[in-house]
Amino acid sequence: MASNGSEPPPALATTTASALKVAVVGPVGVGKTTLVTSVSEIKPLTTEEYMSSDADRAQARGVDKHSTTVAMDFGRISLSDRLVLYLFGTPGQERFWFLWDGLVTGALGAVVLVDVRRLAESFDVLERLEKRGVAFMVAVNRFPDAPVHPLPELRAALDLPGAVPIVYCDARDRDSCREVLLTLARYLLVLAEPEPEPEPEPEPEPEREAEPEAAV
Amino acid sequence: MTAVDPRRRPGAAHRAAADSEPLARTYVITQGRSGAGPRRRFDLVTLILAAAGAADRAVPGLMPEHRAILALCRRPLSVAEIAAHLRLPFSAAVVLVGDLVDAGLAAERRPARAAAVDPALLREVINGLQRL
Repeated sequence: MASNGSEPPPALATTTASALKVAVVGPVGVGKTTLVTSVSEIKPLTTEEYMSSDADRAQARGVDKHSTTVAMDFGRISLSDRLVLYLFGTPGQERFWFLWDGLVTGALGAVVLVDVRRLAESFDVLERLEKRGVAFMVAVNRFPDAPVHPLPELRAALDLPGAVPIVYCDARDRDSCREVLLTLARYLLVLAEPEPEPEPEPEPEPEREAEPEAAV
Repeated sequence: MTAVDPRRRPGAAHRAAADSEPLARTYVITQGRSGAGPRRRFDLVTLILAAAGAADRAVPGLMPEHRAILALCRRPLSVAEIAAHLRLPFSAAVVLVGDLVDAGLAAERRPARAAAVDPALLREVINGLQRL
């Protein structure tokens, strides 16, 4: 897809002090890598890991002919000169869940990317995230040939708690993907903010964009 | 242990290794050590920065992969990126990066802890995204 082709990736600022990560989860073909590509400042990279038991076997015996690796495509967004955000696209099927332990631990949250024609494929993922206590939102990738359903119907079909944001997006469109990430970050801020604002300082109110957001 | 049946889903998200060569290479590079385990030493997004001059110094005992990591980390780089650039599984990259940190040739910058519940940090994320 887009991205900078063969140009060397821009290095991070030397001052970059820490990194954040967000998981983009969904079934194969739902557009995870497309979304990552759309917002990443680097050409997406792929990190591989052995299927859970393979790493142990590798250690124990050296070589195993049946070793299988699973890949995660990921990209990067420099948020400031001290903060960088990484986005990891990861498959949602149960047999890849071992990957999640490394990915979801310490993650800001997750974007569950769904295709309205294959909603059921995301049920397990949602349950898994809920069980792990990972904050997530749902982004419905708007495929040109897919039917458009009202968000409240999708919310009901996915049995989402009222506070969980659900939005339509176009994984190919940078602004649309950026808006998804903003929706997640704003949702996290709401969750993180204690009821009575303890800080006396006036809080700069982030302007909200008119994205078809969580229809509540 | 049952290996995943490679016929089940020939998608891009996973693939059966066509042969054992990559794993053999990894085994040699890491000398059989595995970075996989319940408690990994480095996060996917731990940033690694080579010590000043470490990339240009002839340090005895380093493997080419170690030197490649030092060269990549003249500026901060995540362990996930290191693994990707070296075409190594993440767990193998963890081992090599650990060698360098232990030897004082590289430093780690850990990911922000409890970032999801830190309002100040979340505002920084929002501001950063709005500037994109």
